[in-house]
Amino acid sequence: MKIDEKAVQYVAGLANLELTSDEQSRMVRDLNSILAYVDRLSELNTDGVEPMAQVSARYGVDETCEGSERFDYASRTDEPRGLRESLSHEAALANAPQSDGSYFLVPKVIEK
Amino acid sequence: MATLATPPALTRADFEPVIGLEVHVQLLTATKIFCSCANQFGSAPNSNVCPVCLGMPGSLPVLNRKAVEFAALAAMALNCRVNETSIFARKNYFYPDLPKGYQISQYDKPLAEHGWIDVACSPNNATGGDANGTKRIGITRLHMEEDAGKSLHDGFADSASKTAIDLNRTGTPLVEIVSEPDLRSGDEAYEYLTRLREIILYTGVSDGNMEEGSLRCDANVSVRPRGQEKLGTKAEIKNVNSFRFVREAIAYEIERQIELILGGGTVVQETRLYNSAEGRTYSMRSKEQAHDYRYFPEPDLLPLVVDTKWQAEIRSRLPELPEARRARMVAEYGITEQDAGVLTASRTLADQFESAAKAAKNPKRVANLVQGELMGRLKAAGLEIEQSPVSMAGVAMSADLVEEGKISGKQLKELYDICFAGVAQSENGARGEDFAAVYEREKPQQLSDSVAIEKIVDEVITASPKQVEQYRAGKTTMMAYFVGQVMKATKGQANPAMVNEVVGRKLG
Repeated sequence: MKIDEKAVQYVAGLANLELTSDEQSRMVRDLNSILAYVDRLSELNTDGVEPMAQVSARYGVDETCEGSERFDYASRTDEPRGLRESLSHEAALANAPQSDGSYFLVPKVIEK
Repeated sequence: MATLATPPALTRADFEPVIGLEVHVQLLTATKIFCSCANQFGSAPNSNVCPVCLGMPGSLPVLNRKAVEFAALAAMALNCRVNETSIFARKNYFYPDLPKGYQISQYDKPLAEHGWIDVACSPNNATGGDANGTKRIGITRLHMEEDAGKSLHDGFADSASKTAIDLNRTGTPLVEIVSEPDLRSGDEAYEYLTRLREIILYTGVSDGNMEEGSLRCDANVSVRPRGQEKLGTKAEIKNVNSFRFVREAIAYEIERQIELILGGGTVVQETRLYNSAEGRTYSMRSKEQAHDYRYFPEPDLLPLVVDTKWQAEIRSRLPELPEARRARMVAEYGITEQDAGVLTASRTLADQFESAAKAAKNPKRVANLVQGELMGRLKAAGLEIEQSPVSMAGVAMSADLVEEGKISGKQLKELYDICFAGVAQSENGARGEDFAAVYEREKPQQLSDSVAIEKIVDEVITASPKQVEQYRAGKTTMMAYFVGQVMKATKGQANPAMVNEVVGRKLG
């Protein structure tokens, strides 16, 4: 797969990014070099190998367990503050570029 | 030379509407789907948030097991097949109410598939109704995903230039239920949604509250010439906030598309919004940009495995569903299908009715009273059964009093009238009184004094020689006449069982 200027513009558009023409050319170069690197994987013959999206999918399962217990290791119980407290309201908004004290404020958007 | 026949012009009736619905249902878990923040409507803005649902770098989602069980329970109630392995995927799009830049959803391997709901329609209708007046609507899939936050575009001082964002809703567990394009009218869509919501409510996995957004519906509407297999271009009508409006929006959209085509135009694929005040849909006029969500498997979550045993655990929690319950109640209490429909409108109501009926001496009498005395008064007062002044416990109590002969049928009617009197007098506010309170206050006296009854019976017999003659000549139906005369003389207060006994004895 070869990335051209058009593909970079398309992806930038989806992410609401505005790139200068210098940035665009750099992205074309960088993305192509990353893809070329990953393409080396295609040299391997993977016929008959099941696609695997998560490396850990094959690990951690206690094969002796059945039912809901079997998935315990990869899930949590439905308890408030079970894993972590929610942030305080102030902490949640602390990094917001703009807020009115209650809400995050962002440049006007229209529903799409 | 052969001439080519021009095909006859299409008319309105030549078009067939095709509708598919996507319904989002919020699950009633205590916490969010991927973090321990409270899943709660109506909290102060941005108070139930943490690094996970705020999409902060480095935070990782951990799946809520209860959300899985609720989703699977809903799937089973909708006759879906639950897949042993399903995969979470990232749906990438850029919008401020979704701070991560993607929604965790499911894509090519959803939690469940191949379900259906039977909806009521007229028997053997043109759109696939069977002889019993039901039509089966397929459910393509049910998948899990997280809800996004809320954007508020209006109502703030700087709303002209800013949008306010509340991320409390971000991460609320959802199931999305996608129907097959089996629906052919707004009415069918309305039926489907009503049944779907009822089933979901019975399972208890959601409160189905449309005002609070716990249940939301998008409709895909297209039309095609009858007989054509290929689907027409669809318009998506988004976020209509009541079933009635869904029905209206679909009806409008069908007409709009047919008109457009008959006028030589073509339907464009777009998202439209329904304006309920004007009764029409509008194009959202967003930039013409095809959505490209670039789905890929969520690397931060393992494939979800709900094995056979776990599925069995979940299935064991499946309650009796409305359809089955209606059928059983018709058989068990001898009530009409229509009344069974009213009594099973919610699981709570059906439970209340059944526990009242079972606690009463004669369950069928409870059913009869609901049917004969309660429903009509509710209808006259314009009340839903949930707003009834007479509770199910009250109905059961009144049934027992009649059963024990402590009050007559006439007295019961009078007491019910008193219960409802307060309702009739006030437009709003007054809710009437429950039966127990009214009975305790009024305590209608029933004449159960056998000497007094015998005296009245004697008087009636003396005053009706002709009727006595007829009775003795074999016309036993005259019995009712005598009982009626005695009841009249006692203003309905005589114990009917005793009157029957005494009249029978004296005449016999």
